[in-house]
Amino acid sequence: MSDRTPAQVPLEPERYELRAAAPYRFDLDRREFFKFLGAGLLVVSALRPAVVAQESGGGRQRRSDLPKEIDAWLHIGEDGKVTVYTGKVEMGQNIRTSLSQAVAEELHVPIDKIEMVMGDTQLTPFDMGTFGSRTTPTMNLQLRKVAAAAREMLISLAAAQWQTDRQHLIAADGKVMDHPQKNRSVEYAALMQGQQLTLTVTADTPLMPGASWKVAGQSALKVDGRDFVMGRHRYPSDQKLPDMLYGRVLRPPSFGATLLSVDAQAAEQMGATAVHDGNFVGVAAASTELAAAAIAAIHAEWKSEPQPSSKELFVYLRKNAVEGKDLTGDGDRYDVGTVDQALGSANHRLQQTYTVAYIAHTPLEPRAALAKWDGDNLTVWTGTQRPFGVRGQLAEAFRIPEDQVRVLVPDTGSAYGGKHTGETAIEAARLARAAKRPVKLVWSREEEFTWAYFRPAGVIDVTSGVRSDGTITAWDFHNYNSGSAGIRTYYEIPNQRIVFHATNSPLRQGSYRALAATANHFARESHMDEMAHALKMDPLAFRLKNLKDERLRAVFEVAAKQFGWGKSKTAGQGFGMGGGYEKLGNIATFAEVNVNRKSGDVKVVRVVSAFECGAIVNPDNLRNQIEGSNVQGLGGALFEAIEFEDGKILNGRMSKYRVPRFSDVPALGTVLLDRKELPSAGAGECPMVGLAPAVANAIFDASGVRLRSLPLVPDGLKAS
Amino acid sequence: MSTIRLAINGKSYTVDAEPQTSLLSVLREQLDLTGSKYGCGEGQCGACTVLIDGKAQRSCVTKVGTVSQKQITTIEGLASGEQLHPVQEAFLEAAAMQCGYCTSGMIMSAVALLQRNPAPKESEIINFMDGNICRCGTYPRIVTAIQKAAKVMASSAGKGAGR
Repeated sequence: MSDRTPAQVPLEPERYELRAAAPYRFDLDRREFFKFLGAGLLVVSALRPAVVAQESGGGRQRRSDLPKEIDAWLHIGEDGKVTVYTGKVEMGQNIRTSLSQAVAEELHVPIDKIEMVMGDTQLTPFDMGTFGSRTTPTMNLQLRKVAAAAREMLISLAAAQWQTDRQHLIAADGKVMDHPQKNRSVEYAALMQGQQLTLTVTADTPLMPGASWKVAGQSALKVDGRDFVMGRHRYPSDQKLPDMLYGRVLRPPSFGATLLSVDAQAAEQMGATAVHDGNFVGVAAASTELAAAAIAAIHAEWKSEPQPSSKELFVYLRKNAVEGKDLTGDGDRYDVGTVDQALGSANHRLQQTYTVAYIAHTPLEPRAALAKWDGDNLTVWTGTQRPFGVRGQLAEAFRIPEDQVRVLVPDTGSAYGGKHTGETAIEAARLARAAKRPVKLVWSREEEFTWAYFRPAGVIDVTSGVRSDGTITAWDFHNYNSGSAGIRTYYEIPNQRIVFHATNSPLRQGSYRALAATANHFARESHMDEMAHALKMDPLAFRLKNLKDERLRAVFEVAAKQFGWGKSKTAGQGFGMGGGYEKLGNIATFAEVNVNRKSGDVKVVRVVSAFECGAIVNPDNLRNQIEGSNVQGLGGALFEAIEFEDGKILNGRMSKYRVPRFSDVPALGTVLLDRKELPSAGAGECPMVGLAPAVANAIFDASGVRLRSLPLVPDGLKAS
Repeated sequence: MSTIRLAINGKSYTVDAEPQTSLLSVLREQLDLTGSKYGCGEGQCGACTVLIDGKAQRSCVTKVGTVSQKQITTIEGLASGEQLHPVQEAFLEAAAMQCGYCTSGMIMSAVALLQRNPAPKESEIINFMDGNICRCGTYPRIVTAIQKAAKVMASSAGKGAGR
């Protein structure tokens, strides 16, 4: 595990929603159906990563004229403006800034000369989506290569123009300069001279080594930050077109309900356009108020089926496990040695069960889409992490070829893994087609809580065996439903059986920041703590005894030092840790809690995180991501849980679903380990995974009460 | 439907709306002032915060019919041209945002706080701002930004150049 590189680590399975079919399939007339058949012959070519074309010169070519294996590209205009095209989207990770830094670094241009065009399926190269902390390890590197190739070509152009050896030339500040003493320079823009130049990146284009970075590796403020503080940035839900109507959808009374009959006459009489197509009923009207009133005026009959409730959740998950078979086909099973034998001969054995609840992403901007038809061509502005995936869903729903669909993603009001799917886009497009006008649909908070998808709940059984000297000899780990991300242990254990058991989830579930790594780290790092206490060993010493990975040891040791691990504590005070390796990053989190045994109040007072993700691209933004992970992670650790009964969400409002607020935030200490010689990894997810176990372990330290379910204290710490 | 006159950011507007319509939808849909955001529709998250006669109010639960005689300030009215308000400037400098969707409401609440209490203690900031949610978790940076803005405003007020 010591020389992990991006290529050796498989992409975490985005297990649930990528295989989801479009939520609606609409009836089409014969003419459209034949059109659909004809377009079905469309052949999609596979992309070859790391092969990149660069287009220069006056005016952009049409997409179809460009090489098919493009993965990222960049354009330098005759005015010196640099435009970079990437299918990644900005939703708060600040990659518009960090990717601009990468280009500025390699191309040697000021950062304010760069414009990033992001997440537009018509203009940007295909991209699978913005998830899995992949932007920094892949797209950042990719754009650096593109920009470096452009820089080298510009130097060659200048060398040709001056008829000199390119060895004498350097690129700096948007110019190629001759060896300083000759005092000769030329602006990049002047080198274009109206030509149309194309360039394909080769593997041997030299990149600037991390140690000599000037722009990358430094903190940079959000490139378009002024627009945000002035309220000028237009999020998906702020988009507007002339003659636009506002949409609203009639939701079933419960999950799994089917529509028996519908009467939308009253809605139409109010001036709304009503649509009934299969199980879909919606309206478009001149304002959101009118749309809401029109929906309320629709008479619909639904047939509901009995549904499980959160009270029986964990029993349900076990009961509905698909034993020995992984529905998703990811092969999430890992066996080494002889676990049963090793458990039999261990000095100590420990068996425990841990659970995690369903939680909601609760992005502050709910799902939103603005759809516009132009004949059979559809354009949708929407907040999604997968613009190309949503384009596919739209094409499927309306049975039109993908090249007639354009999806644009304005910088979005967060997602956290919750905006992979395109239901809002499809609903807005269906309403726009009926209304023959552009329609904007913004989900209400209640819709967002109910009809999006949740972070999977899970049950995790752990059985371990350990020798008296603290050497772990056996590890048997079974995760039901929550997922396989981060399921493998990084501790050195000769006998392991690690299995993910897929189940039939009672709720719609999907990606959530850090995926199942949060659940798996919670179970693993809580269990490590329990083993240490059973052996009367110091939890840090116990971990380090069983841990060889140098990068992970380093973060544990650094965080422990910064935190002051081993200090004595006062009554009610407790210290705990959790950490691990995820998405190419290494995290150790230490927490201090205060427990009032009388009132049951639990307060997380202080959190120290040490994080290492290779060469750091933007230190302040990295801190921001780590702080944010800890704050957001507090919700799932302490009090967030979706409650449901008979197909209904019981707490699907902001007033009923508690998320972390100012007063919940502990003092946050963040230590960054910068490893300039290592490839840069993403940081949006990994830092989250250490928090929940650190807090649970600290609560035990303070109170002697071992909590094994997330959220830990939704109603405070009950007397035991 | 009634005709309602509104005074927003120093300009007067006339809109046709039911008096019980939320101020937020009138701002966003009729006046294209989209800087105020919808987050929850029940006054719980603060993304829609505007100033009404200088006080921070949740525009999603404010009926437009109740504010026709009042001075309304939205995020769009805070800067003087391109000259940012010190609170806006401080949010930029402290990188007190990630996705930025809560930022308008945070800034408006912070402006209201500093008007009432020009030198708030950290605990007073936390207490006043607790009704504003940032799901990205940038709370500590927002506290820093407000402290920064308070200092800047105090020093410029001292010089007689206060806004």
